[in-house]
Amino acid sequence: MDNHKRNLKILGSPYYLWSAFFIIIPLAMVFYYGLTDRSGAFTLANIASIIQTEHIKGLFLALELSFISTVICILLAYPLAMILSARKVSSKSFIVLIFILPMWMNFLLRTMAWQTLLEKTGVINSVLSFLGLPVLKIINTPSAIILGMVYNFLPFMVLPLYNCISKIDENVINAARDLGANSLKVFTRIILPLSIPGIISGITMVFIPALTTFVISKLLGGSKILLIGNIIEEEFTQASNWNLGSGLSIVLMIFIIVSMVITEIFDKGGESNFL
Amino acid sequence: MIKKICRNIYLILIFVFLYAPIVTLVVLSFNKSKTRAKWGGFTLKWYGSLFTNEAIMGALMNTLLIALVASVVSTLIGTIACISIMNLNKKMRSVVMGVTNIPMLNAEIVTGISLMLLFISFNFKFGLGTILLSHITFCIPYVILSVMPRMQQLNPYAYEAALDLGAGPVYGFFKVILPEIMPGIASGFLMAFTMSLDDFIITHFTKGAGVDTLSTKIYTEVKKGIKPEMYALSTIIFVTVLILLLLVNYKPLEKRQKTDKEVKEAVKVGG
Amino acid sequence: MKKNHVIVMLLAVMVLALTSCKGGSAKNGEVVVYNWGEYIDPETITMFENETGIKVVYDEFETNETMYPKVEAGATVYDVICPSDYTIQKMIDNDLLQEINFDNIPNAKNIGAQYYEKSTEFDPGNKYSIPYCWGTVGILYNKTMVDEPIDSWTVLWDPKYKDNILMQDSVRDAFMVALKTKGYSMNTTDLDELTEAKNYLMEQKPLVQAYVIDQVRDKMIGDEAAIGVIYSGEAIYTQRENENLEYVIPKEGTNVWIDSWVIPKNARNVENAEKFIDFMCREDIALLNFEYITYSTPNDAARDLIEDEDIRNSKIAFPDLSQYQNLETYKYLGQEGDELYNELWKEVKSD
Repeated sequence: MDNHKRNLKILGSPYYLWSAFFIIIPLAMVFYYGLTDRSGAFTLANIASIIQTEHIKGLFLALELSFISTVICILLAYPLAMILSARKVSSKSFIVLIFILPMWMNFLLRTMAWQTLLEKTGVINSVLSFLGLPVLKIINTPSAIILGMVYNFLPFMVLPLYNCISKIDENVINAARDLGANSLKVFTRIILPLSIPGIISGITMVFIPALTTFVISKLLGGSKILLIGNIIEEEFTQASNWNLGSGLSIVLMIFIIVSMVITEIFDKGGESNFL
Repeated sequence: MIKKICRNIYLILIFVFLYAPIVTLVVLSFNKSKTRAKWGGFTLKWYGSLFTNEAIMGALMNTLLIALVASVVSTLIGTIACISIMNLNKKMRSVVMGVTNIPMLNAEIVTGISLMLLFISFNFKFGLGTILLSHITFCIPYVILSVMPRMQQLNPYAYEAALDLGAGPVYGFFKVILPEIMPGIASGFLMAFTMSLDDFIITHFTKGAGVDTLSTKIYTEVKKGIKPEMYALSTIIFVTVLILLLLVNYKPLEKRQKTDKEVKEAVKVGG
Repeated sequence: MKKNHVIVMLLAVMVLALTSCKGGSAKNGEVVVYNWGEYIDPETITMFENETGIKVVYDEFETNETMYPKVEAGATVYDVICPSDYTIQKMIDNDLLQEINFDNIPNAKNIGAQYYEKSTEFDPGNKYSIPYCWGTVGILYNKTMVDEPIDSWTVLWDPKYKDNILMQDSVRDAFMVALKTKGYSMNTTDLDELTEAKNYLMEQKPLVQAYVIDQVRDKMIGDEAAIGVIYSGEAIYTQRENENLEYVIPKEGTNVWIDSWVIPKNARNVENAEKFIDFMCREDIALLNFEYITYSTPNDAARDLIEDEDIRNSKIAFPDLSQYQNLETYKYLGQEGDELYNELWKEVKSD
């Protein structure tokens, strides 16, 4: 049996080799570039450069926008998930489909479409001015970026939340009602605590991609707003300063780890699954 | 009653929010004018010229080819890896799972850049191959994460009993273990396929000359104005998927027994 | 249920795969071309492939700055590239290019002598490059939204046009506008002058609707903005789509640029590269390209073939540069100069 077990372990070697070569070594290279200068000598300057005004601004702005987007996503998704989970079983899958379907349209195109909708002479403004209402001026502002983030990542908040809330045993809720709890109490004492794992995985799936995006800010921000993702991307593709780009990537990873540790702490109760 | 109306209005608003851009794209695919800024009248010509547009068709082929190969390979490697991971001791297992989580949790831009640095240092020729390697890399974790829970639910004695009854290890695997973990493998495969199909950032950093997927093609086109054929193609893909999903869902099979598990699967596909 | 999903997906894949068929194989090897986005008539590539049996692998870039690191890293080996003046100089300096054998490119004679002369500024002795397109950078404005005559860059700082201004999202072009307005050379590396230009650009930023590159075209056509900084080659195209648009070269001077074909040192298919360049210099092909991309062609033989007299003598497509003052061509400013510009530009953008 032991021999058999060893054989089973060896079965995994393709994957272990794969992950060593395509996950560990590449990351090590980011660290290598981030910790050296152009001539290859050790330096901390690339990492320290995060305190340069334009870098720290990009980082804080990214943190701010992704935080706001995450909050908006929770606020929009929670009632939605509750409404959906209260529906009859037969329509459930169909409703869930509705949230997955848009993801089959390329996300760049969908974001691009928002440009068409939001522009000064765009669809929304044409309708507004036709109705004699004041026009929207949010394209190329941080608000447009937030909108883009919420739009792109909302399903990632809705689905885990829905998954969690619909699992709550009706009997628990009925029992609470029988014991005299009103709707608010049922919500704060039962539904909310039981849906924490869903909120946590939703946050992870919204916050990190929002924090690190460079596409949404480029398309909807008119390149006027640099997020940390844009700065890193431009260091690699335009300024060709890979050392600096890698250094900033390391800082970004630190922030991702920190944000995960924080969510982990809040998630003390459940075994956090990230999906 | 009022509550119900409020709920429905809320649902409708969210629905509009989600589908407004998609409707826009569909409408644009019928726009006679070449620029997205002007409405030039109704036409179907982009649907015709789409099929003769080699650049777009090539990108579509690449996208599908990469998604298919990447998801098949990552499903194979990932599933086999799961068997092995199950048999590791606790410490090793958490190390392996930690590494597995990296591509999922790390910023895509960092994953893309790190792979680019790897390929450059080891003199890989950038092209279809490098994209494929990268896609397999970020797809495997999704497979492992959906197969693993199934593995853990397995009854370990069933397999051993099969061996005791004279089944070989391979036969035992195919007859006892595989059927049990099949749903996990299927959803892992689907997830990998979807992730690969929609990826832009990692492809952006690891692609080579003249090799475009739909995503990178669109990104280049965004700047000069997207070709109307691209809208037409997206509309076709969207409608195809819509019809397929409707067909699957309206089959009266096992309908009523739709469980949370399925919903969870759907969640994963989206993720 | 799960199985159904998979089968359905596979079917979808097959349906999509079947509807698209890629034909054509390489008989005589290939040539890997790296060109600006939308900078060629795709028809000419097909013609080249049919005539020579050489397969063209075509890749596009958006700015010189995004192209350079890719070529330098050598991750992808190109055979023909089409960079601009200062980048060609940079590539020559960093030993990335090989000398072109003009004997193998007979059609190179179609290119007007004055363009070769201009090229010596960045390619002394005309050893490494053959001009493909040229032009100026200027202001495109919408006559219905601007009612004063425009002849100066300063209009880009006019608060009247807040949110109606499109600036170029590329370091050198953005700084060129500011430096020229201030009366400095656009090739300066003087820190004081550059800091002044940077502050000037920061002052402008609140008025700017967006920093864009090629999107100027679509946005101006769609009446999204009143004024945009644009390459002269886009002027004809945009006017065709929206007759209210007008292009001017500002009086403070501007950039006169040339994009030329070059062959990188590590090219694998030099012979095919020469054939490709020669083909692109052929007058009928240059004409097709001119009509498609509307960028001024230095190919005199092609210009003679233009049927539309208005366009052949168009002031926009073929301006008489002797009328303008302070015209310059970008020069490579060295690694330090590049880094300084990048740093200052980042400050502007993140302001």
